[in-house]
Amino acid sequence: MAKITLSNLRHSYLPNPSSDDDYALKEIDLDWNDGGAYALLGPSGCGKSTLLNIISGLLVPSEGQILFDGANVTDLPPDQRNIAQVFQFPVIYDTMSVYDNLAFPLRNRGRDESVVNERVMAIAEMLELTEMLDQKAAGLSPDNKQKISMGRGLVREDVNVVMFDEPLTVIDPHLKWKLRSKLKELHQRVKATMIYVTHDQTEALTFADQVVVMQEGEVVQIGTPVELFDRPAHTFVGHFIGSPGMNVLTCEVTDGTAMFEGHAVTLEGPITGNAHAASTGRTEIGIRPEFVSIGKTGLPATVTKVSDVGRHVVVECHIGEHRINAITEGAAPAKGDAVHLEFAPDQTRLYIDGWVATEPTPALQATEKEG
Amino acid sequence: MKTENQKAWFFVLPVLLLVAFNALIPMMTVVNYSVQETFGDNVFFWQGLDWFEQILRSERFHASLGRQFMFTFLILIIEVPLGIAIALSMPRSGFWVPVCLVLMALPMLIPWNVVGAMWNIFALPDIGLLGYFLNHVLGIHYDMTQDPIAAWVTIITMDVWHWTSLVVLLSYAGLVSIPDAYYQAAKIDGASNWSVFRFIQLPKMKTVLTIAILLRFMDSFNIYTEPFVLTGGGPGNSTTLLSIDLVKIALGQFDLGPAAAMSLIYFAITLLVSWLFYTLMTKDDLN
Repeated sequence: MAKITLSNLRHSYLPNPSSDDDYALKEIDLDWNDGGAYALLGPSGCGKSTLLNIISGLLVPSEGQILFDGANVTDLPPDQRNIAQVFQFPVIYDTMSVYDNLAFPLRNRGRDESVVNERVMAIAEMLELTEMLDQKAAGLSPDNKQKISMGRGLVREDVNVVMFDEPLTVIDPHLKWKLRSKLKELHQRVKATMIYVTHDQTEALTFADQVVVMQEGEVVQIGTPVELFDRPAHTFVGHFIGSPGMNVLTCEVTDGTAMFEGHAVTLEGPITGNAHAASTGRTEIGIRPEFVSIGKTGLPATVTKVSDVGRHVVVECHIGEHRINAITEGAAPAKGDAVHLEFAPDQTRLYIDGWVATEPTPALQATEKEG
Repeated sequence: MKTENQKAWFFVLPVLLLVAFNALIPMMTVVNYSVQETFGDNVFFWQGLDWFEQILRSERFHASLGRQFMFTFLILIIEVPLGIAIALSMPRSGFWVPVCLVLMALPMLIPWNVVGAMWNIFALPDIGLLGYFLNHVLGIHYDMTQDPIAAWVTIITMDVWHWTSLVVLLSYAGLVSIPDAYYQAAKIDGASNWSVFRFIQLPKMKTVLTIAILLRFMDSFNIYTEPFVLTGGGPGNSTTLLSIDLVKIALGQFDLGPAAAMSLIYFAITLLVSWLFYTLMTKDDLN
């Protein structure tokens, strides 16, 4: 087990990258602490699989280094890095029994057959595969095959990190939940560092202690699920996490005040950074639908759509061209109604060029420190 | 409400007719000949199973059958491993893929009698490129018209040249269908190249290899044109394979009865061995 450090990592699939756009990964600096449960979250094509393959050694980065406990492993092949990876589609050795599949990584490393047996039995027990050990792996259902893939990763006692590349893609919905909680349980039992790549926010938020959100080859925010929800550092995170995502409203900034459709909007705190950026950059207000309330006072808006999603009602309103979602638990207005929207000030932030540019309210800062 | 009628069977009728005319009726004619003796003029005498007995006891038949099995065995033992080896060394992507595929397909596009004629000329000791080169440049005595060993080497080489591509193309199709994740997982599991071949590539190629082996068995067991054009069964009877012998009896000697009996035995052997191959190669398949 080890702490994994990515330092100044860049990768391009092109032989001679010239501009930033040529890079699948742009400048990544990250530390993965020993024993942590991490999720790498982002849309398809954001570079998360590239990053995973660089950590596992299947890909050599164009620039930068990977350190395991401070030792440079950038040029080491996968089998010498002591890592394990579970792929999107279950990889099993068809002709072998379940037992032989699980024993394969140990036998390749020349372990004693008694050690092999002990480890295989322990892992099979953990994954509830004991009854299938003598069966041929080829005939099993996808979820059991995926368990074997995981088992082959966990069977080596000294793995530095176990990586999961969207491992639940081919699993039936009702088994996804089961396998996900199995994973969580496994993490607690084996204490290995785990990195879980997914584009599904539910999977990421339920599995991980720390979520790394990526977009277009860049890490936009790292934080606990709560932090990502409460204070998105980037409009992308606000959009991507939450259902529906954060409202992002174009606004103007004059004399340190955000003006939206002619109304001054109270922000969580003073605007950070220089005034120049605020005057030239793209300025937006970000507020989650959970913190938009429908009341008697506030911004006048028209209700354009009401969707009852079960636990609450999503009310879609329009102020001019801008669409704003609000979530309400009580009685919802009807379509076409004229309403007033109020933004909770401590949850209203200004984003300049996508990045958050307001100081958090003191109360929130305090809870952040506690966490 | 369940309506049941059997009218759908009429849809099968055209196929039945087709099969009747191109397989069943000719086949039954052969059966008819195999149990009778004829001297022409449509006069037939009942012979029972005499011809079958005669063929099965005939040393000439045993010799041809032996040569036939030897030929098929040799070409399979060469073409299958060679084909797999070539498929493994072919590029998986890039500019050279179509080049390799076309080059591989070329020998199979040449008509069989042309292949025989090509190799005949190629191997002639005095004017053929190969024959001349071996005899006059390397100084190896090689004459397939005189020497049975040379004749065998030539027909085997010709078949390998003509048909290894089939094994290559089928194996290659099996190989390219293996997702990258398998190779990546094997790398992470610390598998050796041999293990990758044994536990990933070979199992994934198994289905197509079964087909390749079956096709190569049937085609080589029934081969006629190429060796007939190349050696004509000679020198002596040294390359007289079953089909060549059969044609000699049927058309050369016009012994229709024994020839018909021999055809049926030949057919039964092909069928039996194909079935054995297939059963053995698919016996551990679960689904």
